[in-house]
Amino acid sequence: MSTQFKILRFDPATDDHPHFQVFEHTPKAQDTMLEVLKDIRDQQDPSLAFRYSCREAVCGSCALTINGQICLACKTLFAALKTDVVVIEPLPNLEIQKDLIVDFAPFWEAYRFIQPYLQPEGDIPEKGHHVEESELAEVFQYTTCILCASCYAACPVATRDERYLGPAALVKLHRFVKDPRDKRSYEALKRVDTPTGIWGCDTVFRCNDVCPKEVRPADGIEGLRRKMVVERTKHLFGRKK
Amino acid sequence: MISHDILIVGGGLAGLAAALTADPKLKVAVISKVHPIRSHSVAAQGGINAALGNNPAGKDDTWEKHAYDTIKGSDYLADQDAAELMCQLAIPTMYELDHWGVPFSRFPGGVIAQRPFGGAGFPRTCYAADRTGQMLLHTLYEQSVRKNVTFYDEWLVANLVVKDGKCLGLIATDLASGKIIPLQAKAVVFATGGYGRVYQKSTNAYINLGSGIGMAYRAGVPLKDMEFVQFHPTSLYGKNVLITEAARGEGGYIINNEGRRFMEDYAPKAMELAPRDIVARAIQREVEKGNGFENEYVHLDLRHLGKEKIHKRLPGIQEICINFAGLDPVDTPIPIQPAQHYSMGGIDVDTSCASPAAGFYAAGECACVSVHGANRLGGNSLLDAIVFGKIAGQSASRFITGGGAAGSSERPIDDEARKFQDKVTTIRQRDHGENIFQVLNRLKVIMSEKAGIFRKEKPLREALEEIPVLREASQKAYIFGAGPRYCQELLVHIEFECMLDVAEAILLGALKREETRGSHYRTDFPVRDDDHWLKHTLLTWTEKGPRIDYENVEIKKYKLEERKY
Repeated sequence: MSTQFKILRFDPATDDHPHFQVFEHTPKAQDTMLEVLKDIRDQQDPSLAFRYSCREAVCGSCALTINGQICLACKTLFAALKTDVVVIEPLPNLEIQKDLIVDFAPFWEAYRFIQPYLQPEGDIPEKGHHVEESELAEVFQYTTCILCASCYAACPVATRDERYLGPAALVKLHRFVKDPRDKRSYEALKRVDTPTGIWGCDTVFRCNDVCPKEVRPADGIEGLRRKMVVERTKHLFGRKK
Repeated sequence: MISHDILIVGGGLAGLAAALTADPKLKVAVISKVHPIRSHSVAAQGGINAALGNNPAGKDDTWEKHAYDTIKGSDYLADQDAAELMCQLAIPTMYELDHWGVPFSRFPGGVIAQRPFGGAGFPRTCYAADRTGQMLLHTLYEQSVRKNVTFYDEWLVANLVVKDGKCLGLIATDLASGKIIPLQAKAVVFATGGYGRVYQKSTNAYINLGSGIGMAYRAGVPLKDMEFVQFHPTSLYGKNVLITEAARGEGGYIINNEGRRFMEDYAPKAMELAPRDIVARAIQREVEKGNGFENEYVHLDLRHLGKEKIHKRLPGIQEICINFAGLDPVDTPIPIQPAQHYSMGGIDVDTSCASPAAGFYAAGECACVSVHGANRLGGNSLLDAIVFGKIAGQSASRFITGGGAAGSSERPIDDEARKFQDKVTTIRQRDHGENIFQVLNRLKVIMSEKAGIFRKEKPLREALEEIPVLREASQKAYIFGAGPRYCQELLVHIEFECMLDVAEAILLGALKREETRGSHYRTDFPVRDDDHWLKHTLLTWTEKGPRIDYENVEIKKYKLEERKY
């Protein structure tokens, strides 16, 4: 049976406003929403623009809003939606570049701001770093983040304040803070000790809810806050790291 | 005109490794058609090989043994000097990656963990659970942020400009604006990845169209050993999402509909951990004999590994099975079938990643050094991408600092840009005709049906005859959308032309090679023929059609043997 897919279309160069276009399409039983979009494009309208790459929920390209829920299109089964009309929109909180494609610029800017790279001390140890797996448990959890921006799109703080760094960037920082190999300075941490950094979070956990990889970014932000309080205190008493 | 010392095309592991090792005094940029962390390297799962000897069962491992396994795995088509170089460099590379922040899984004592993999004499595959590619790619991207590498994200390269045997630059298009951009470079490194989506059933990302390989070919750079296409034994039935070899490395069984571990008939010693070509063929044979399920697939059974091990070592696989097959491997065997996975062949380069065109380098899956020969071992592709990506960055830098670069002229690049602009205009002027996505689908069906795991003369010839038909169809295809912004269908037009060249190269190499070696299995020539075919295929584009040459394999201390596992 055919289903109606209401897809948001917008070309800022030619259109005044975004509008919905309705496509009739009959998905196959096991189709993901990414496969549905591809089939609609391949069979009905090759001009439909959306991002995609791995189709297995690891590249982070295809986060969208489907029936009002933020999700990865490739991970969402059509059959699980159980509606006669399916509404497909781009991610909120980011500007539309065309159709379902949004501009990630503020997301990447925040990512770069936190210094998203390991800052070890000294040269490469001869036989590698010696780190027990138990010390890396949190690192493993937070590094599963695929930078799809679902959390950024769902975050109410990012909606009202575009200077807010957002959950993905902050949890990336937390991933390094929890890594025993990382020796970043107090100054590096201080960069996020701001109202648009770790103190901006409303702790409403929308990021945890929408994360397709169960990263739980809000937990990371919470961890950074605790870390910052400890580091500030240490710094106050001259016990610099 | 935008001008760089080195332009690197592709933001996967090989491209980023090249950017990170290029001389910091040079002006370097990476062009990628997707944001770099969306590159297909991100999907690699099982691990990366290096003879660290961290596993108690692997303490006698050495890089020479790694090279031996690689060469035997390649069915002796790998160049032995290249394989030795890669395996030797693997060891310091792991420590460097660790220092860059890769969250490798660990053994007690804190050393990098290592697991068994197919075709390997020792457990030497380092891993980060079953998300190794993601961890490596993100880490290399992080390092490129640290080093402030320049990126042109979401630009597609449409043309490689080579004149009189010298590489001069590129023509690219910026997806967001649709603008055509000529770029000048003293050296160009292609790290454009594989062509998996020339096939219908592939584990590869949708973006893996292989256009870089076709582009280099059109610019006059030869392609090497293109007939060697790896089919991964275990892709999830239906979606063909990769189920890592690590699932077998951790102890998984492959079972037919009689409940039997049928690998005992094909590789009694190595069983499920025989190299990929052997396991893929075995599965295909079982299904053809009627020993499969629904005549389509067999089972990969992980149940005996237990919940804890699956959760800790194979969490990504568990997630994939739950998402895409609605089953939990803790309780249910996974339906699996072979699917196209990797390209052993590619752009012809030497061990310094240099191609015959001065200033043009290639690394990673798009290149053929050759370290994988006729069949790549699991855990060697991430290694190849990083080791040779680094070498390409160094070689391109040395080429420039050593004064090898051509006295640059903008005119040939402008000429090419104009030609490309005309082509785009011509396509845009058509208001009816074929749908390029449909033409692309026809190619995929042909390649899967006629140039798959088992090959023979007649189907290969039939497929070759289809290439000009598809080329004609593509030249009649038109563009539906009006605006230039994110015109993804135009990109497919551009890439499809290259895909036809790639497909033709695979088919022609496969037709001419009248023997069976590694992944190339000819049912009409079912044995390896070292007397006639211990050589690389080289295919060069000419006005009159492809020219085939053959080149000797570099043999050093590893003697040819029968390949038994």
